[in-house]
Amino acid sequence: MTSWRRLKPTALALIVPLLLLAFWQVATVNRWTLLIPTPYQVGEYMVDFAVGGIYDDAYSGTLLTHLLASMSRVYGGFALAASFALPIGLLIGRLPVARMLLDPFLQIMRPIPVTAWLPLSMILFGLGAKSAFALVCLGAFYPILLNTIFGVRAVDPKLFEAASMLGCRGNAQFYKVVLPAAVPSIFTGLRLGLGLAWFVIVVGEMTGVPQGLGAVIMDGRTLSRTELVICGMIVIGVAGYLSDRVVVALGNRLLRWSPNHHG
Amino acid sequence: MAKATVPIVDIRDVSKVFKLQDRSITALSGANLSITKGEFICLIGASGCGKSTLLRIMAGFDQPTSGEALMWGKPITGPDPGRGMVFQDYALFPWLSVRDNIGFGPAARRLSTAEVKATVDKFIDLVGLQKFATAYPHQLSGGMKQRVAIARVLANDAELVLMDEPFGALDAMTRERLQDELLEIWERTKLTVVFVTHSVEEAIFLAGRVVVMTPGPGRIESDNVLELARPRDVASPEFNDIRRVLGAKLHSHHSKVASAPSSAV
Repeated sequence: MTSWRRLKPTALALIVPLLLLAFWQVATVNRWTLLIPTPYQVGEYMVDFAVGGIYDDAYSGTLLTHLLASMSRVYGGFALAASFALPIGLLIGRLPVARMLLDPFLQIMRPIPVTAWLPLSMILFGLGAKSAFALVCLGAFYPILLNTIFGVRAVDPKLFEAASMLGCRGNAQFYKVVLPAAVPSIFTGLRLGLGLAWFVIVVGEMTGVPQGLGAVIMDGRTLSRTELVICGMIVIGVAGYLSDRVVVALGNRLLRWSPNHHG
Repeated sequence: MAKATVPIVDIRDVSKVFKLQDRSITALSGANLSITKGEFICLIGASGCGKSTLLRIMAGFDQPTSGEALMWGKPITGPDPGRGMVFQDYALFPWLSVRDNIGFGPAARRLSTAEVKATVDKFIDLVGLQKFATAYPHQLSGGMKQRVAIARVLANDAELVLMDEPFGALDAMTRERLQDELLEIWERTKLTVVFVTHSVEEAIFLAGRVVVMTPGPGRIESDNVLELARPRDVASPEFNDIRRVLGAKLHSHHSKVASAPSSAV
């Protein structure tokens, strides 16, 4: 009984993926489509992609190389985005002048999708890694920015009164009240930003970089190697998921005080 | 007449007008109140009578539109650790443990770590929250949160404790316990307490003086010294006599408002 209770979440979580896998199997075995390989073929190719030894082509045993290349762009672009978005967000949230100066501009820039920036990015940053970096950074920028602004502006005004009657005034309130109160929201922004960094990695790596999961998927498309495309997709999904779990675990430790922050 | 001692708080002809777009609302009109150190005063009245406004002016959160609010003869220009506020919704810092909430004021005054620790220990003991020292506010009951809020103000050496319906959100049992504890602390520490409530019974149970306020515009209706011996028995005939008198004063504005409905602001 107790073991079932522990296994239940895992069991429930597996139902949908397994059904999808079964449908995929049925669809490919019955030749409803000829362009998609069977799950088994993809699985076999995944093993080859990871460790090689089956097909021994240009992609055999290269998973780690591509994964590391993508990770460096995801985390690098994310870190760059955070280093811009956090200070700008704090400024816009706290200073009306900064808000009036930057907010309208950013609101107009925000709906422009990362894909639309691709050509300009290649002109500005050239073909290759720099461009990929810039696009990932752009993708992660807005969620971090908006959540930081929100967190800073949504501080309960009573807390400022409480702080000032306890002798904490002026700039000290920024460090003692505004920042800690905004942490949950900033954290949500960082989590969404990192998720989006993974989300836009394929676009980022459309810029002609030789390595990276996005590059693999683009190659797979050009070469009509659908199993390669699916392998790339699965690796991105799993890597993004694991990366998010680490962030959530970190958040649960850091935000023990927050009643609505246990993911 | 003997030379009067300087009151801890002196409210002189204080009015407060709030501007809302094109309307202005007189929240408080011509209030006069003088508080001696060590008094326990309750401000009581229906909503809109200006009791919270008066309290916020004493705290320094709001400035009077006219008149002056003095503490020890000096104008109150802003919030100060000497005047601690206990809010109805606690206003604890949710990211700080019970210890750190209580230590917030002492730390803001740049006491040494050892001094902060000693102060915190003393006031955690006072409000009986030793077992919850490391808990966060969201893990506490309403009564415990309000104990932390009281300890936080006391730990900061506040001479004057301003309480804005502090027990209004608590259940009856918890409220009674906290009333007893508050009286005990007041008797032990000789603090000056100004306590806002809308419960006549709470006011009579706690206060040495009950200031009755009426709305439309908010003003002080009467200032009543209670001679009832402590501890007070809410079921005694004397208690009920006072309750009847104050109840009548509390509702005295009804007839007035009814006779002049259009003059209400």
